[in-house]
Amino acid sequence: MSFGTISYWRRQLAEKAISPVELVEQLSAAMEAQNPGLNAYLSWDKESALAQAAAADVTKPLGGIPIAVKDNICIQGEPTRCASKMLADFRSPYDATAVTLLRRAGAIPFGRTNMDEFAMGSAGENSAFGPTANPVNPEHVPGGSSSGSAAAVAGGMAIAALGSDTGGSIRQPASHCGIVGMKPTYGRVSRYGLVAFASSLDQIGPLTQNVEDAALVLNAICGHDAKDSTSAKVPAEDFTSLIGHDIKGKRIGLPKEYLSAGNSPAVAAAVEQSVKALTALGAEVEEISLPHAEAVVAAYYIIACAEASSNLSRFDGVRYGYRAESPNGLDDLYSRSRAGGFGAEVKRRIILGTYVLSSGFYDAYYARAQKVRALVAGDFAKAFSKVDLILGPATPMPAPRLHDTSMSPLQTYLADIYTIPANLAGLPGISIPCPQPGSMPTGVQLLGPHFAESSLISAAYALEQALK
Amino acid sequence: METENLIDVAYIAGLAKIELSAEETERFSRDLNQVLGYVKQLEKWDVEGVEPMYHPLPTYDALRADVPGTSLENAAAVANAPQAQEGQFRVPKVVESAH
Repeated sequence: MSFGTISYWRRQLAEKAISPVELVEQLSAAMEAQNPGLNAYLSWDKESALAQAAAADVTKPLGGIPIAVKDNICIQGEPTRCASKMLADFRSPYDATAVTLLRRAGAIPFGRTNMDEFAMGSAGENSAFGPTANPVNPEHVPGGSSSGSAAAVAGGMAIAALGSDTGGSIRQPASHCGIVGMKPTYGRVSRYGLVAFASSLDQIGPLTQNVEDAALVLNAICGHDAKDSTSAKVPAEDFTSLIGHDIKGKRIGLPKEYLSAGNSPAVAAAVEQSVKALTALGAEVEEISLPHAEAVVAAYYIIACAEASSNLSRFDGVRYGYRAESPNGLDDLYSRSRAGGFGAEVKRRIILGTYVLSSGFYDAYYARAQKVRALVAGDFAKAFSKVDLILGPATPMPAPRLHDTSMSPLQTYLADIYTIPANLAGLPGISIPCPQPGSMPTGVQLLGPHFAESSLISAAYALEQALK
Repeated sequence: METENLIDVAYIAGLAKIELSAEETERFSRDLNQVLGYVKQLEKWDVEGVEPMYHPLPTYDALRADVPGTSLENAAAVANAPQAQEGQFRVPKVVESAH
């Protein structure tokens, strides 16, 4: 169902086998045909994309390549709704820095992808504009929160897409849809113009059909940005530079805590197959320990919800967003606008976040969670003094069925156990497909030390080729 | 599963300025008591002397030079407002009239 990779279309464009305008036409025909069944896109502006295509410079790194953008990353003049009724009528007055950089590399930001509302969810079902289906089997969820980005790429409706990852929201849907998803090191990509969920955890990154494409998108969007005080002052890199290098002698840690009996058989088999493949490539896979691995979900949901309760206080019915009818004073305006604009999961998390920050509970919950976070980060620092990279599952199980209401919120939170650590510790992580017979897609994840994306991509590429 | 009552959802929703229906209050109480019951496991980790980690990477001196730059035009800044008037955000009356 693939629409063709970035490398493929770059060659076609360079050889003039197709023009950028024809490429946009072809892609929008695919979107029109596929989207009604999958609901991966919330909107797209074909006229704008055609105008950009007509002016595209195909000699640039991503010249003439359309790239889909998650609905929480601002594109000037287009809707940025975060799949929320709260922002149903919102249009961005500016471009996110990641979008500016995509344009600078010659790419065409094209299409707003569906998501869990305000990036809160792991199934794509918390969208005010309806759930997204998994293109591999539409009776299953695509994962989330970057549900539409993953489904668009896997469903042949996007060449590549941007997503955001706060606790696994790029890597988990990529794994569920059988594609590649990468969360860069915290600070690699500017968060300016990304609607904030949890500011100390959020990162923008690519969802692509292969590892090389992930590196190409990352090349375009990375870099220090004065508009994001948390963006890192590290030099630019060509993340494709180590692709194809052999990984002989690379030390790869396999955390024993990630081999839990709770993993589904398909996921366990994917990890085992990856260990064999890496060993055959000459890497040295060794068991390691991350002693605080089981604490991550508890720490994460406290920290993420606390930050969300603060970030989402801006939605008050005054400057933008939904406003309740005929308010009786300012307090009533706030309370009823927020009641009417936010969906259930967003309310639940704001209330949890408000609670853990409230007087009398702050030390027991929030401060303690931040200390446990330091312990989790310490585990990784210790592990990376011994190994170059860490291998594990991306998720404990493949994509569940749509509308499965048997799971409580807590049970769905627990499924984020393997993706959360990278956000807590700020590490780069990439999930790559490792399909198992008779199963929905399964993925494995590689984690690296801060700013080790080039080495991470090199190993992910080698593993990807070996698993083909 | 029997869960301890740890959170007064109606009170916290008031702090968060979100009006909840009776049904939502009941459902969120159930869900969040379960989550908070799970979160209690954080107590088992020894955090004595551990510095809280508010940020994944230490950042320092994120100050820019104090020079004026361009910002959003007034019309663009209020374009998304549910109610705007004369380039300003319109809100319900906040000051009581004097008697």
